[in-house]
Amino acid sequence: MSNDTLTVEIWRGREEGEFQTFQVPRMASQTVLDIVTYVQRNLDPGLSYRFACRVGVCGSCAMTVNGKPRWTCRTHVDKVAGDGTLRIQPLKNLPVIRDLAVDMTEFFQKWTRAQAHFVPTATRGDDFAQVSPDDPRRKEASAGIECINCGVCYSACDTVAWLGDYLGPAALNRAWTLVNDERDGGQAARLKAIAGAGGCQSCHSHQSCFELCPKHLNPTAAIAGLKRATVKAALKGEI
Amino acid sequence: MTPQRAETLEWLVQRASAAVLALCVIVHLTVIVLAVQGGVTAKEIAGRVGGSVPWLAFYSVFVIAVALHAPAGLRNILREYTSLGRRATHWIMAAVCVLILGLGFRAVVGLYGLGA
Repeated sequence: MSNDTLTVEIWRGREEGEFQTFQVPRMASQTVLDIVTYVQRNLDPGLSYRFACRVGVCGSCAMTVNGKPRWTCRTHVDKVAGDGTLRIQPLKNLPVIRDLAVDMTEFFQKWTRAQAHFVPTATRGDDFAQVSPDDPRRKEASAGIECINCGVCYSACDTVAWLGDYLGPAALNRAWTLVNDERDGGQAARLKAIAGAGGCQSCHSHQSCFELCPKHLNPTAAIAGLKRATVKAALKGEI
Repeated sequence: MTPQRAETLEWLVQRASAAVLALCVIVHLTVIVLAVQGGVTAKEIAGRVGGSVPWLAFYSVFVIAVALHAPAGLRNILREYTSLGRRATHWIMAAVCVLILGLGFRAVVGLYGLGA
């Protein structure tokens, strides 16, 4: 390897496949997404991958980089390719469509299963709800609200790998923000949805989601909050 | 009772029994360390716990906590590492619970009886 090129191994195929090696020119402030884009535009136009915004907003470009799931558009090569090599694979725990693109259907279906959507209670006639930024529940919601649905936590989660019906950190984190939304009217149904098989009690608190979340959210803490909320609801017979 | 409520209460029981076990294990290990000074004999153990109502109560709580805690953990392991269905893991959990209660209380009552 020379200093002005990088050896990049990229997964090719579906569940069955192999790594293909490319030599990519190094550039200043180069991101992993830059590398993949260079390969697709200059070395192999058949390479499949997914991206949209390129600035860490859309959550489309997550891939496994040197063994860890990362948002590739905001991951600098300097930080992850210390020895001058880069191994890029699709996200784990999701079916591979082709090369670096995974099928996110199951990931989003679990958001639906977790009732991770806002259930409005106000009508057109009502004024805007006034929620104080200092309200403890608002603070809990704010701590988890910036999720970009990239799937990094889902890919990093051991429990998702072991337990196929586990809802996963992202869906549960979103459910926790809604449990703390005082305007929401879907609380009982939501707690019921996240308390049963594959729900929040399945979490082992390994905290890989917390360690690798590119937005520095803490889904493990959110899931701990859901465990407390479901226990209270179970003791009161509400679920 | 809904399956969701049952699942959540089982989780709570597993956590609560873990807290009880933590205390029981500390007492158990402390007694071992203090008692085993230059060897331990069956006679010495029988002299301490035989006929003792406090030790009978302590080890009864210990056995019940194990019987609640271990099967729940075993069931989670079976769910994650095998393809067994929920019904099968439920019955395995119940069987292990009964087994631990049976063996545990046989030992506890046996030791208590040594002092009679």
